[in-house]
Amino acid sequence: MKAKIIVRLKDGVLDPQGQTIERSLNKRGHPEITSLRQGKYFEVELDGLKDKAAARQLMEKISRDVLCNPIIETFEIEDIS
Amino acid sequence: MKFAVVVFPGSNCDHDTFHVLEKVLKQEVVYAWHQDTDLQGADAVVLPGGFSYGDHLRCGAIAKFSPILESVKQHAEQGKLVLGICNGFQILQEAGLLPGVMLRNSGLKFVCRHIYLKTESRETPFTSSCKPGQILKIPIAHNEGNFFITPEELANLEKNQQILFRYSDESGDVNAAANPNGSINNIAGVMNRTGNVLGLMPHPERASEPLLCSQDGRQIFQSMVNWNAN
Repeated sequence: MKAKIIVRLKDGVLDPQGQTIERSLNKRGHPEITSLRQGKYFEVELDGLKDKAAARQLMEKISRDVLCNPIIETFEIEDIS
Repeated sequence: MKFAVVVFPGSNCDHDTFHVLEKVLKQEVVYAWHQDTDLQGADAVVLPGGFSYGDHLRCGAIAKFSPILESVKQHAEQGKLVLGICNGFQILQEAGLLPGVMLRNSGLKFVCRHIYLKTESRETPFTSSCKPGQILKIPIAHNEGNFFITPEELANLEKNQQILFRYSDESGDVNAAANPNGSINNIAGVMNRTGNVLGLMPHPERASEPLLCSQDGRQIFQSMVNWNAN
């Protein structure tokens, strides 16, 4: 099985990297871009789990404990297949 | 007094810290490897600066799982002293021993220069040797030192007087111009609720000898030694 996880900065948390990318794109002639936030994306390969529910449970645990810092970030399990 | 300096893969201020404690402060010092669990009877533990695990994922996010951290937590729970410097501070935050988290510096640059710190209290084990309101000149060297915390938790930190150091100008005025990295309320160093664990982004070990243009950092180590002796 393969899982895909996205970690996002919470609203209101300063994202200087996202702001820099946004400003750069604005300067390059894309004024349509009014906000850009940078996050993290993880692809995880899994073996030995009995079903998708078990995989989801494990992915939620590692997301909470390791992949995201709950003070500033949230996670979303995008896909398990 | 006996200090233990924890060494993670990627620590790079461990030897400087060891040197200052042994040669300048004339105290007993041992290294504690992160895979070990024995703090070797140390009175105080120092988590030094550096780039543990290459800062991968988030600063300190991997190091918090090192076996030694369980011993550091027990050490702290017993009311003994723990000092986290720079990356050591970030590790203590990730491990839940200190509040908040470090974001990228607001200016997106690695900042390496001397700054001024306003000491908010001398009623702590880390500042008892300082003069009231003393301004310390100590260098910072970091890319992720932008202290962030939720407004509710920030109010608690202020109320409980857990903020020990703030970035200030030379006269001790805490203002936006003196803030090198965008930290909320100019926070440079915080303690846990019980006041025996301190994390600070500046490097006191780089300002403890006459050769290094400031000896102000020595005050922090000397305070710990004095506190332990009393």
